[in-house]
Order: sequence, then structure tokens, then C-alpha cells
Amino acid sequence: MAFTNEQLERYSRHIILKEIGAKGQKKLLNAKVLIIGAGGLGAPAALYLAAAGVGTIGIADADVVDLSNLQRQVIHTTNDIGKRKVDSAAETMRAINPDVTVNTYYDFVSSVNIMDMIKDYDFILDGTDNFPAKFLINDACVMAKKPLSHAGIIRFKGQLTTILPGEGPCYRCIFKNPPPKDAVPTCKQAGVIGAMGGVIGSLQAMEAVKYITGVGELLSGYLLTYDALKMEFHKIKLPPRGKGCAVCSDTPTITELIDYEQAACDMKAH
Amino acid sequence: MKITVAGEKKEVADGLTVSALIELENVETPQYVTVSVNEEFVDSEGFESTVLREGDEVEFLYFMGGGR
Repeated sequence: MAFTNEQLERYSRHIILKEIGAKGQKKLLNAKVLIIGAGGLGAPAALYLAAAGVGTIGIADADVVDLSNLQRQVIHTTNDIGKRKVDSAAETMRAINPDVTVNTYYDFVSSVNIMDMIKDYDFILDGTDNFPAKFLINDACVMAKKPLSHAGIIRFKGQLTTILPGEGPCYRCIFKNPPPKDAVPTCKQAGVIGAMGGVIGSLQAMEAVKYITGVGELLSGYLLTYDALKMEFHKIKLPPRGKGCAVCSDTPTITELIDYEQAACDMKAH
Repeated sequence: MKITVAGEKKEVADGLTVSALIELENVETPQYVTVSVNEEFVDSEGFESTVLREGDEVEFLYFMGGGR
């Protein structure tokens, strides 16, 4: 597939990078990335991935746009209030870049639908806001051997890691089980500074682009934390994969997906 | 003795245990924190019995559940 003149111009700042070039841009155009959660993390990630020309972007969310989302979920506008988040996000992505095919999933992830949802994608980005979803996505990606960018944000802090199943440690290597419901505060209870989603979600998009193009070193084997008040990034080296991990060790004890009880956060019945 | 906590060098009492350090550092939701010492995770049942040594590098890893 040759670039059109419009594509050469649209992606010129990528193509001129020696690490990306025309070859890397073609990889982006052929890539498929799934973003789970069209909110604080998913919104900036989706904007950058669409702008970058990631050819197929899946977006999953079972919520509708609410006024209280707009402080941070920059893919939605005031006119989108009441719309399904996946539709609002898809409209914005298509408007940014007609090269992108957007698949929408108006659904929460569960043990029933997640394997089918992730199976056709090259890279998965977790932008969910609750532990049951984060553990489910981790386990599903480990089982399906799908690379994953995991992230979490709260107040003035954020963190992320990149999980390469079979190579580096997974989320469950760090945290064995989800905390009990309401034991750890959620964003709704504790608040989150709007730009935190921008910082961490953009880093997730960066990891997706690096994975697709094969450029640089991924954040596998590390947890990167960001404290906005101290203005400090800190990279924590993780132990190697699988040592006693219930899901990613060579002798896993968790071999089926688990639907943990949903935390109170923003879960609405749909 | 000197240890490193979350990348910062600190002077602490000899014989300090992981659980004493958790208290000293005012770790939020201490019952759910993951601790690594010299890039190895310490089981939470071992917090009381794990004595830190000169030069140890300690990290606290916290649950962060937000995102949407």
C-alpha cells in the first residue's frame, strides 16, 4: 500500500523520524489497538492514537457522557452529554483522522465478552476505573498473550506498566488480588486532577506506538509512578515474571477468568 | 544505617523491620501496599519478620484504581 499525498503530509513529522519512517507509519496504519474505557486515560490515548494513524482502534465503554466527565475526558464535548461515550469518542477520532477505522463496544468487560473483544487486536490499553476490570483485563491479556498497557490514576498521582505476557511481570505479580470493595479510594470518592489522565493516558499511547513500531524500550518489568505535587517520576524495577504469580507463572493456579464484585465507583446499571 | 526508600536515601535505626518502616513512612492503606526490597517482593506475612539491612532499596507499590 502506497501513501497518498495527503497521508505523506499528515504523517510527515512521523515519517521524518529515523526511528519511525515510512515503514513505521505503515505499521501504525496496519495496527489494531483496543482501548478499554473511554474516560480520563482512554480519552487522551484515543486522541493520540487516532492522530498517529493507528489503522483500527477499538473503544469499549458502557457509560454515557456526563457533565462531571468533561473536566478530564477531553475526547468528549459539552454537546456530547448524554451520548454513549463510545459514540462520542468514535466521532472525535473519525473527525481527527479519516484513515482510522473505529470499532465501538458499548459494554463493560466481563469474563463472558473479554476474550472475544481482545482477540483481533495487537495491543490493549487499560483505561478502566475499577479493580475488578483491571484484574480481568490483566488475566485475559496474559491468557491470550496480548501486550497490555496497564495504568491507574488518583488525586495528583498516576502509574503505569507495560505487560508483555510470557516475557515480563504482569499486574498480578505486583498485586495478588483486588483490594476489598471500597478499601482503596476511587476517583469519584477521592478526586483526580484532570491533566493526570492526559499525562498517563498519553504515556500509554506512547507505549502502544513504540510496541507497534518496535522502537525503543518498553516499560516492561517496571512500574513508572508520577507524583504531580512533587513533580517526580519514579521508575520501580519489578522482579522477573511469574515467580509464584497465580496467572502468569508457568504453573498458574488461575486458569479461568474471574468476575470480581464491582466497586462502587461509577458503575451504573446498563 | 542508610537505606533507600522510593529512590530517596534515608538514615534509619538499625534493625528496622519492613512493618516499622511502613509506619515510619505513613504509608497509606498499609494493609494493601506491596513492598519490594532489593527488587524482590516481600510477602505481607513477612513484613514483621523482615529486618532491613544497610544499603537496602525499598519500594512501596500502591493500588491505583482510577482511570475513567
